[in-house]
This record gives sequence, structure tokens and C-alpha cells, in this order.
Amino acid sequence: MIRLASFASILLLWFALAQVFDPRHLPDPLSVMELAFSEADSGALFEHLGATLARVAAAFTLAMGLGSALGYLMGRNRLANDILDPWLVVLLNLPALVVIVLAYLWAGLNEAAAVGAVALNKLPGAMVFAREGARAQDPSYDEMARVFRFSRQARLRHVVLPQLAPYLAASARAGLSLVWKIVLVVELLGRPNGVGFKINLAFQLFDLRLLLAYALPFVAIMLAVELLLAQPFESYVSRWRLDAARHRH
Amino acid sequence: MLLDIAIDAKDHPGGAGRARRVLQGLRLSLEKHQAGAVLGPSGCGKTTLLRIVAGLDHDYAGHVATPAGGRLAMVFQEPRLLPWRSVQDNIRIAAPLASVTEIDALLADLGLGGHADQFPSRLSLGLARRAALARALAIKPDLLLLDEPFVSLDAALALALRERVARLIDETGVTTLLVTHDLSEAIGIADRIFVLCKPPARVVATLDVATPRRLMTDAARQELTERAQAALAAE
Repeated sequence: MIRLASFASILLLWFALAQVFDPRHLPDPLSVMELAFSEADSGALFEHLGATLARVAAAFTLAMGLGSALGYLMGRNRLANDILDPWLVVLLNLPALVVIVLAYLWAGLNEAAAVGAVALNKLPGAMVFAREGARAQDPSYDEMARVFRFSRQARLRHVVLPQLAPYLAASARAGLSLVWKIVLVVELLGRPNGVGFKINLAFQLFDLRLLLAYALPFVAIMLAVELLLAQPFESYVSRWRLDAARHRH
Repeated sequence: MLLDIAIDAKDHPGGAGRARRVLQGLRLSLEKHQAGAVLGPSGCGKTTLLRIVAGLDHDYAGHVATPAGGRLAMVFQEPRLLPWRSVQDNIRIAAPLASVTEIDALLADLGLGGHADQFPSRLSLGLARRAALARALAIKPDLLLLDEPFVSLDAALALALRERVARLIDETGVTTLLVTHDLSEAIGIADRIFVLCKPPARVVATLDVATPRRLMTDAARQELTERAQAALAAE
């Protein structure tokens, strides 16, 4: 209830400020909505949103898959950690913009460079989360699984993944919020479509209405993904902890 | 012979590079369907011995012959149930070949019928131990290893559980190796007791328990107790 009221107050403040400022500097919410609807009517809004979401999904999947696998390996294997750790440190400290520009210069202004650059930005984070998760594995369950001769599949599914899941869930949430921000930059710098491309266009034209008409629906979608997918997933994988905690009180 | 243990030497790495010898010249064997108890003072390397038999520790001199291709089950001192799976899922995962009826019967037999769907964190230690025992029995092991399964339970509960375990071992005829520091526990479950001395530990006495245990006279029990105590004190 309080959250809803707080959210409404943002809208109200926007509305109030829009009355004071020149609409070129701050258009009022209704006119932005009007433009968003007309863009939706023409299909342009969905086309650009779709392009951006596809890039988010591709980069996120790539980074989470590769990063989690590498990170898990680093957490379990000393040699792998020694080999990959310097790479991890470099990647962690490489500014996103440098990666993006390098990717475009080396690979050209194409889709692979765009998605690859975004994935490369999320990769080290995913590696760190998975490595921590691998290091936090309780060896006593490993021993139990060995004595009872769990199959490789059963070990992965019932012993390793449940312990890794809270780390992967946190990694996914952190990764999603990073990826969807960087995707816009990548689009702004070198893609002919997507929300980032439209924002660039709005920037060139000094058109705040256009900027907000594309940015806000995109933010709304990412918020919905966070609230309806990421958070429920996180509480689902740690439900046994909650159950234990509730029992103790 | 189902289990044949001959450990020449087992060291524990001590501090400052000094290794401590835990087991030395330890020999014991079990026939099929026999229940053996390894009895010894705390810290004499009983758990180490069990970990070697379970294949969790390969860093020793000697050899251990377990049934080739046989199934091994172990009840650890801490129950080691997967906390993110329900009690019955814990059993099902460890024993994928066991039928639902078999698992239900085991749960009922161990008084866990009402706890099948609970997460292990909800269980008391006594119930969690029983669940761990159900998991071990569900795989129909050729060799069952029990590591102090009644420790830190109150006396009445420990006795009740011990009698239940003894009955299950008798009924299933599973070859069992129990490790304990409690003589009455050893007598209550095993056909044969191996008494270990202080480290470096070896078997200093092998005592046969009259079977069936239910018909054991008080005098026989008393005599066995005295012999075990004499063996423990001799070291």
C-alpha cells in the first residue's frame, strides 16, 4: 500500500513539475502516454522493444550460462581458478564503454558484436557469484552422495544445484539489471533499432516526449520481469530456508 | 567373508608437520548377515575406520575388501539429510529403485509416517536420525555402516531407537558395522564386538554376543560386560 502511494507520488510530482517547466524540458505524463500509444498503434514501439528485449535475453543467457559454468569450475578446481582469476580481474575492471567500442571496432557494427559486448560485461559478475556458490558447497553432502553412489545427474540436481541456486538467483537479478542498462548503450552506439536507438534519435532531436515514450515502457517491462520472475524464483529456491526459519520462531 | 579389513597404518596430519598415528595393525572381518560393533574410547579412530570402509578416505596403508559391486549405506553421526528436499524425497533420491510402498512401509516402521512431506529442518535430532536410517535401509544395502547412531539422544529415546534398529537389522539380515563408545549399545545390536584400544588403535578383543539377544540371560550379559571392560582397561 505504502509502495503504491509512493509510486503515485512520483507521478503526481512529475505532473506538478510539468505544469511549471517548458514542455520541451519536461513534457507532462499524459502527452508522453499519448505518444507511447500512437507509437504502439503504428507497431514501432513493439518493434523496438522487441529488438531490445531479444538482445537482453541473448546477452543474459550467454553471460549467465558461460559465466556460471566457468565460475563453478573456478570454485571447485584450484588450477582453473589460478588460470582464470587474472582474466576475471581484468574483466571486472574493464569499463563497459571500452568493451563496447572495442567490440564494434574489431567485429564491426553487427548484432554479434552488440550481444557479445553486453554479455562480456555481465560475464565476470556471473563468474564471481558462481565461484562463491561453489566454494560454499557443504562437503558433508558430497560425501553422503558418494557413499550412496548418487548418479552424476542426481548429484547435480539434488546436491549441487540446490546449494548453488541462491547464488544463481542473486546473480540473475544483479545480471538482469546490469544487462538491460548496457543494452541501451550498445544500441545507442551502433544499432539501427531498439530502445537505445530511439533514445539516441530523441537526443539528436531534443525530443523528451519521444525519449520518455520509449524509455518508460521498457523500464516497466524490466520491472515486471524483476517482480514477476526474478524475485519469485529467488524465494522459490530458498523456500526450505524460510521454512526452517519460520519453524524456529 | 563379506567385509575384510586389514589396516597396517593410518595417520592423521597433526599440527606443525607431525602426523599422529590413529590406526595400526587393525584387523577385523564380518561374515554375511553378521552385525559387528566396533567399541572403543572416544577419539580412538572409530569414525576414521568407518570412513575408510565407506571409501571416503583412501589415505592409509593396508587393504579393505567390501562386497564387489555391492551397495553400501551409511548413517552418519549428523544425519546429513538434504535440507532442501522433503524426508521422503531424501529417501527416494538415495534409493531410486525402491518402490513407493517400500518407502512408505519403512517410514511407517520407523515412526516417520506423519513427517514424510516435511523438510528435515523441521525434525528433531531423533526423527532426523530415523530418517537417515530409513534412507540407508531403503537402498537394501549389502553393508550398513552406523556411526554412533544414538549419540546425543536422551536415554529413553536412544534405547527405543536402538531396539527398533536391532529389530530391523535382524529382520532384513543386513550385514552391519556399528561404531560406538557405548557397550550396552554394542550388545544391543551386534553379534560380535571388536574392542579397540587407545590410538594407535587395533582390535584388542573380539567378543561374541549370544544370539538371539532377546534370550540373553542377565548373567551372560554381565559376563560379557566384564570381559569388554577388562579388554578396554587392559590397554
